[in-house]
Amino acid sequence: MKRPGSSVEALAAWLLAVLWIAPLVYAFWAAFHPSEYAVHFNLLAPLTLDQFREAWRQAPFMRYYFNTFVLVTMILAVQLVLCTLAAYAFARLEFWGREVMFALVLLQLMIVPEVLIVENYRTLAAFNLVDTIVGIGLPYMASAFGIFLLRQSFKTIPRELEEAARMEGCGIMGVLWRVYVPTARPTYLAYALVSVSYHWNNFLWPLVVTNSVETRPLTVGLAIFGAPESGVDWSVISAGTLLAVAPLLIAFFLFQRQFVQSFLHAGIK
Amino acid sequence: MMGIYAWLLLLPASVLLVTFTHYPTVATFIHSLFSNGTVIRPSRFVGLDNYRAVMHDPVFWKVMENTVLFALGTVPASIALALLMAVWVNRRIPGRAFVRLSYFTPTILPMIAVANIWLFFYTPDIGLLDQISALFGGHGHNWLGDSRTVLWCLIVMTIWKEAGFFMIFYLAALQTHSPELEEAARLEGASRGAFFWRVTFPLLMPTTLFVFINATLNSFKLVDHLFILTKGGPDNASNLLLYYIYENAFSFFDTASAATLTVILLAMLAAMAIVQFTVLDKRIHYR
Amino acid sequence: MSKRRYLLTLAVVLLCLFALAAGVQAEKTKLTMYYPVAVGGPLTKIVDSMVADFVKANPDVDVKAIYAGNYNDARIKALAALKSGKPAQLSVMFSIDIYDLIEQDAIIPFDDLLTTDGDKAWLNSFYPALMENGRTLGKTWGIPFQRSTIVMYYNKDMFRKAGLDPEKPPATWQELVEMGKKLTTPEHYGLMIPSTGYPYWMFGALAKQNGEVLMDGDGKKTFFANPGVIEALQFWLDLSKKHGIMPKGTIEWGTLRQNFLEGKTAMMWHSTGNLTVVKKKAKFDFGVAMLPAGKMRGTPTGGGNFYIFKKTSPAERKAAMRLIKFMTSPERSAEWSIKTGYIGISPAAYETPALKKYVEEFPPAKVARDQLKYATAELSTYQTGRVRKLLDDAIQAALTGKKSPEKALKEAQAQAERLLKPYQ
Repeated sequence: MKRPGSSVEALAAWLLAVLWIAPLVYAFWAAFHPSEYAVHFNLLAPLTLDQFREAWRQAPFMRYYFNTFVLVTMILAVQLVLCTLAAYAFARLEFWGREVMFALVLLQLMIVPEVLIVENYRTLAAFNLVDTIVGIGLPYMASAFGIFLLRQSFKTIPRELEEAARMEGCGIMGVLWRVYVPTARPTYLAYALVSVSYHWNNFLWPLVVTNSVETRPLTVGLAIFGAPESGVDWSVISAGTLLAVAPLLIAFFLFQRQFVQSFLHAGIK
Repeated sequence: MMGIYAWLLLLPASVLLVTFTHYPTVATFIHSLFSNGTVIRPSRFVGLDNYRAVMHDPVFWKVMENTVLFALGTVPASIALALLMAVWVNRRIPGRAFVRLSYFTPTILPMIAVANIWLFFYTPDIGLLDQISALFGGHGHNWLGDSRTVLWCLIVMTIWKEAGFFMIFYLAALQTHSPELEEAARLEGASRGAFFWRVTFPLLMPTTLFVFINATLNSFKLVDHLFILTKGGPDNASNLLLYYIYENAFSFFDTASAATLTVILLAMLAAMAIVQFTVLDKRIHYR
Repeated sequence: MSKRRYLLTLAVVLLCLFALAAGVQAEKTKLTMYYPVAVGGPLTKIVDSMVADFVKANPDVDVKAIYAGNYNDARIKALAALKSGKPAQLSVMFSIDIYDLIEQDAIIPFDDLLTTDGDKAWLNSFYPALMENGRTLGKTWGIPFQRSTIVMYYNKDMFRKAGLDPEKPPATWQELVEMGKKLTTPEHYGLMIPSTGYPYWMFGALAKQNGEVLMDGDGKKTFFANPGVIEALQFWLDLSKKHGIMPKGTIEWGTLRQNFLEGKTAMMWHSTGNLTVVKKKAKFDFGVAMLPAGKMRGTPTGGGNFYIFKKTSPAERKAAMRLIKFMTSPERSAEWSIKTGYIGISPAAYETPALKKYVEEFPPAKVARDQLKYATAELSTYQTGRVRKLLDDAIQAALTGKKSPEKALKEAQAQAERLLKPYQ
């Protein structure tokens, strides 16, 4: 039995969906057509890849890809290790000061590194880490969100599994590796996707820290490339913009379900 | 014994957290009490002078007003839209996968890219908005060049970017609700609207709180688009607190003002935290 | 005996090693420089290729040229690099950054490096108007490189359509308004003057045309509230409010060129640095003219100078000097001017065959240079960033109708005075 309102609702949902995807569709339009058509819409406009060639020629995108790739991989790798260790301690070990420590960790959920750019810049300068990829990553490597997420997940794992592993002579590291990490895999995947898309897109802090092509991630490179001061050529900027988002966007379209499930998973906690 | 293990496990994460969260928070506060040092004039203790200077800075008040407006403009609207999207996507409409995909896509684009694309919409005369309005005989409007519209333009763009992200949280919550509940309500003759407001919406309250906190935090730290779209102009009509901090620290070399402004931002975040952990949390539990 | 011999051998080996090390060092001096871009076109490629030519001609120097964004970004990044572990030795930065750079004790005056008579002649080989922003405290701190004035681009086709003589662009404010009215149609405006990005720069032109300058010569005083300055802002506002030949609100610096090329305005004021890209992209007949005169003609100079940083070794300074001399040589300056539209920075540049020929074929290429005789320095004071923002905000407040020009400028002046007080 269908209700009368539901088809209207479906229509509205569709309208909103079209509206929502339109900006991206426009970017594709501008990027794949000669620049005369950037502001004139004509279905018969010829398709071209020139804008991409031009964008590729004007900025070292290859280097930016590399930098961003190194950055997100490094951050994620360190995050996974640090958060696993800390999360286990909070989830399963009794120790003096646990509650206070946990509260101190959670503080980072509120005071995100972006807020502290000025002071953190000073710190990095003192360690001589300005304009390094490690420097971009450091403030994010101990992630309160990651610790929180994994702690929740570890808490649901039956203690019996851990005790069984201990009987077989595993130490803490062995237990973590053999019991906790495999059981919490969905959480790890969810966290990894959230982390990668966050740092792929992060801008303010990398902008502050990087000075040169060798360290600039895609977002900073794109901002400098498309700075309005340089006199905007829509088509080339659209092409550059698509180049910058392409890897993540393609991954998203291919693994849409996993992405949404992961964000769902990370969101429920 | 266990304690030692625990502390060893916590050590690496704690070192980083202390270095990049706790220490800078304290250091910011201390630096806000010192004057700005240049090579010629070294920094010295000035007590609350920096705070006084900030309070007398008309730009600061404009920036605060904008920051609050930006939060008020983006947070409730994104939440409402996110909820609507989640409800729609949660039912079996044709082409659900596409609809969900399109709602969610803006979330994975970097704000810088989004700003690049939206700059085209807002450009007077040749931009998309004005071209559309010209079709209906409208006259071009200078969207980003008019201090009355500029902030709203940024708010609309931000809602577009954020709503899909918050939709996910609602979707997650909705999927835990049992469909039998709605079936039962329908047999009792409750209209869908009534069911939504009496049952679904209250059940979603914890999610709403969570999203509310996140959306508000985001609205404080989201300034990437200003670098592309407006640089805070015209006449600071779209300047936000974090961008103003950046300007002070890195354009004006005024780290004392920057530290002072950061303390104010930290205080706002602390207020948020207190709201979350006391007032709202309790109310929702008692429901 | 054998011990002495051993010592001797050791000494020789050590000497050789030192010589080798010194040789290696002498072989390559490494330079890093930052540079900004503020106009359209593939400018980064042009700079890169000029630098590559330099390295080819000077194999003992290695230059890393880093594009850092707009003028503001370039200064931020160059100074940030100084504080971090990877400093730059020289950079192209905003000509108006000079006071900030001096106050940060970041740069050295060129007078210390230029000692021979030949060097001094070289220093005097540039257009004097371009040296104004580079000189203070009796010394020269900046060498002109990507320098510009504001020029008026206009669409000759639209002039014809409006029944105006396309070879007679407006020469006075009055003509500007009159012609502007004829050139304003429902499809396009008569005039656009950008008011984001660098509003104070455009305003410097209007003020000069009204017989005023915005600051004194040593960067310690501003004159924002002088009656003539207020009049100038009133005139700017009237272009939209009273005469209706310009859109209301602020006009975006970055997208203005596109607006002009799309035929949304008959005239635009913009940096001459945009000339070559406009020439390439315009699908209509366009002209370039000097800015019109109020009481007189006038424009500020603009753009970037070379600076050498203090944290440098004598060898690096020498190499940097060679690079600067190369980049500012008449031939290079001519090439740069042809490829971008920026001004050739010395009279000698306009005597090179390449630029001579180019100017003959394309007369708009010399408008900016000819205008230099009416030019004044660009707004530059201590605390430049803040002072500039004060004026920018005041201009935007007036143009968006939030404050009257008088109120806006008086407030800006009062605040600027407070900022500059410690420097008196």
